[in-house]
Amino acid sequence: MISIRNVSTRFAGKGGEEGFTAVDDVSLEIPAGSVQGIIGFSGAGKSTLLRNINLLERPTSGHVLVDGVDLTGLGDEELRRERHQIGMIFQHFNLLNNRTAVENVELSLKFAGVKKAARRRRAHEALEIVDLAEKAKSYPAKLSGGQKQRVAIARALVTKPKVLLCDEPTSAVDPRTTASVLQYLADINQQLGITTVVVTHELNVVKSIADNVAVMDAGRAVERFAVDDLNSGRFHPQTEIGRYLLDDDLHITRTPLAERSRHTAAKGAAETKEHAGV
Amino acid sequence: MSDIAGFDIARIIELLPEVGVALGQTFVMLLVAIPIAILIGTPLGVWLYSASPTGLKPRPKLHRVVDSLVNVIRSFPFLILLIAIIPVTRFVVGTTVGTAAVIVPLTINAIPYFARFVEQNITQLGAGVVEAARSMGATRGQIVRDVLLVEARPALLGSITIMTVSFISYSAMAGLVGGGGIGDFAIRYGYYRYETAVMLFAIVLMIVLVQAVQIGGTRWARRLDKRH
Repeated sequence: MISIRNVSTRFAGKGGEEGFTAVDDVSLEIPAGSVQGIIGFSGAGKSTLLRNINLLERPTSGHVLVDGVDLTGLGDEELRRERHQIGMIFQHFNLLNNRTAVENVELSLKFAGVKKAARRRRAHEALEIVDLAEKAKSYPAKLSGGQKQRVAIARALVTKPKVLLCDEPTSAVDPRTTASVLQYLADINQQLGITTVVVTHELNVVKSIADNVAVMDAGRAVERFAVDDLNSGRFHPQTEIGRYLLDDDLHITRTPLAERSRHTAAKGAAETKEHAGV
Repeated sequence: MSDIAGFDIARIIELLPEVGVALGQTFVMLLVAIPIAILIGTPLGVWLYSASPTGLKPRPKLHRVVDSLVNVIRSFPFLILLIAIIPVTRFVVGTTVGTAAVIVPLTINAIPYFARFVEQNITQLGAGVVEAARSMGATRGQIVRDVLLVEARPALLGSITIMTVSFISYSAMAGLVGGGGIGDFAIRYGYYRYETAVMLFAIVLMIVLVQAVQIGGTRWARRLDKRH
C-alpha cells in the first residue's frame, strides 16, 4: 500500500553551518490495512519520514508510492489531489481556533472539492464516528486534549482516505486519554481498513496498536519487527538503540530509601558538626 | 455667564458648526483611507508573508525588493510624505489642497503600515495550521483565505483599531494642505490663535473619538476571538 524506496532527506545548512541528513536511505513496505509503528528518539528522523509519505517534506532522493502512485513524480496539482487520500493528525492537533469542531472537519471536505450541501452532513457523520456529535458547535478552546485529537481524527477521516498518518498522536495528552485516542485509531483501522502509520517515542503506543514496527536512529531504520514476534519473545533487538527503546526499564541508578536516609542522616550530621565549627 | 473658569463657552458654541464640519472631514479621511489601506494592504501583507524565504511560495529576491520598498515608505515622516507626493496627489485627485488631497498621502502611508500588521499577524499563527491545511491538499489560495486570514481575524481587527487611532492623529497634519479635520481645527483655532478653550474642546473631542474607536475595536476583536 505504502512503499518507501530508498528515501533520503537532507536539510541544507544555513550560512556556514553544515547541513544534516534527517532520513538516510530508508526503505519500508507497509501492507494495506496494517498499522505501521515508527519509533525512535527525538531527532531520529521519524517525523521527517512520516512527512515524506505525503510529501509535506519532499525527499531529497528516493520514491514514495501510495496505492501504486509514485507521489515523488507528481506535480503540485496532482499531489494535492492525492493528499485527499492521505489523512494526517498531529501532536498538537493543529485545529483552527476560530472555527467550531464541525467547521474544522468541513474544511477538509472543502479542500477536497466537496459541494457545500454535502459538507455539513458528512462532517457530522465523521464526528459521530469519534463520538463527538454533541460537541459539533464547540470551539477547540472548549474541548479537552483528547477531544481535540478526536476532532482532528474526524477531520482526517472525513474525506475517506486510504491512509492515515499520525505524528505523535498521543504525546500531548494524558495516559488515560492516550488509551482512548489509540482505541479510536485501532477501531478506525479495523472498521474502515485504513492503512495507518503512527510515529511515536512511546513503546506502549506501538505495542498496543501497531502490527509492524520500525526503529529509527540517526535517520536510518535500524530494526524492524512484528509486534507479535516481540510479544512472543521471538524477536530480539540487535542494536543498542533497539534494546534501549524496547526496554521498559529506564535504568536509573538510585539508592534504596532505607540506605539513602542513613546516608543523608550521616551527611547531615557531618554538616552540622562543620557548621558548629567542630 | 458665558465664561466658566476662564472658558469662553459662547465662543465654543459659536464655533460648533465649524467643529461639525471638521469632524466630518476627519471621518471622510478615515472612511476612505482606512478601507483602501485594508483592501490593498491585506494582499500586500499576505504576499510579504508568502514570498518570504519561509513562506508558502518563497521568492527571496523579489521579496527583498518589496520588503525594502515598504520600509522606505514607512520611513517617511508623514508631514514630509504629504509634501513629497504632491505630484502623485495631483494626478490621482486632480488637486493638491483640501480633504481629498490629504486622503492620498494618508492612504499611501496606511497601506504599508497595515501590510506589516497583516504579515506579522499571519507569521505569528505558527506552522501547525498551515501544515495541517497542506496535508489536506489545500491550494495556496485556500490556505490564505480559509486558514490564515480566518485565524488572524481577531488580531487583524486589533491592528485596524490601532491604525485608525494613529490616523486620527496623522489626519491632524492635514491642515498643512488645507485638508481640515478636527486635529487641524485644534491647531488653527487653539494653537495659532491662542484660543485655549477651543483647543481643549477639540482635543477632548479627539480623546472621545479615540476612546470610542479603541473600546469598540477591542470588544469586537474579543468577540471574534475563540481562543479562550
